Amino acid sequence: MSPKTRMIEVRENVLKQNDIVARKLRQEFHDAGVFVVSLVSSPGAGKTALLERTLTLLRQEFRVAALVGDLATENDAARLARSQAPVRQIITGTVCHLEAAMIQNALPGWKLDELDFLFLENVGNMVCPSSYDLGEDLRLVAMSVTEGEDKPLKYPTIFNSADVAVITKIDLAAAVEFDAAAARQNIQAVRPGMTIMDVSSKSGAGMDEFLEFLKSRREEAVTSRCTRAGSASS
Amino acid sequence: MHELSIAMSIVELAQEESARRGGVQIKAVHLRLGLLSGVVKDALLSSYEMACGNTHLEGSRLIVEEVPVIVFCRQCDGQRPVHSTQMFSCSECGTPTGEIVQGKELLVVGLEVEE
Repeated sequence: MSPKTRMIEVRENVLKQNDIVARKLRQEFHDAGVFVVSLVSSPGAGKTALLERTLTLLRQEFRVAALVGDLATENDAARLARSQAPVRQIITGTVCHLEAAMIQNALPGWKLDELDFLFLENVGNMVCPSSYDLGEDLRLVAMSVTEGEDKPLKYPTIFNSADVAVITKIDLAAAVEFDAAAARQNIQAVRPGMTIMDVSSKSGAGMDEFLEFLKSRREEAVTSRCTRAGSASS
Repeated sequence: MHELSIAMSIVELAQEESARRGGVQIKAVHLRLGLLSGVVKDALLSSYEMACGNTHLEGSRLIVEEVPVIVFCRQCDGQRPVHSTQMFSCSECGTPTGEIVQGKELLVVGLEVEE
């Protein structure tokens, strides 16, 4: 005979520990005046290439740094270091995504208030990173033209967790008969109103627009923080 | 596949609640799981069993209530079910909307304990 049971009501977010750390990080980033961009995509979509080019170009004007997550190897950090920007590798072992605590643990020694942009490159994975807030200001989801136009329909959750979509390897679009209109339509179907940009990290096509976008989003964020800080103190 | 680490967080959370209540024996954990949480129900259920091994929750059940996606439709001026997760539009009038009201939940809402 099974004993009687009663129900205890609770209301706890399973990821509350991650959310607590992410909130703390976001506050630290805001206080330091650094704009934080995370990148998610499937493996091989071109996150590292996009980031290498972005760091190289932004460095001419801004103070930039990057953290890059992978299950194993420091290869990506070595690639990104060619940009001359400060870069650190986060090796996640068997963990298929970055968590806020991993970011927190990777930061000591860096002076956040001496940075304008910090990039967080997630592990290549279109599923798991969607559940974890990293304290970023902007989440970018990348998909390459070689992956198929229906990627957003297959992974709506990750597109929904992101703020901007970047279609990479646009220089290969003709070779793989990429249907740009269908891809854009699919992105808009799962995330109405999402900003979409086309880039080629190899040829540089679309990089100017992409960098302008990052700069203006940073400008907006920094200005609104100042306004808020101003109104809070008055 | 991050369901195992999610399952371990659920077990940890339930153990803390149990400890706070004098070590009550937990028979089942009730979870609200949004369709946009990024967590797969079946994978979570099998991970849960594994995560419970050698803990006070061994033998307990995870009861998952899947939560549909609800969006705010400006056209209808109200909350409506989403057409589908592949088509973020109002299921009634078809207006596209990305304003998600519900569907990202990953919440422990109740614990069934022995009397």
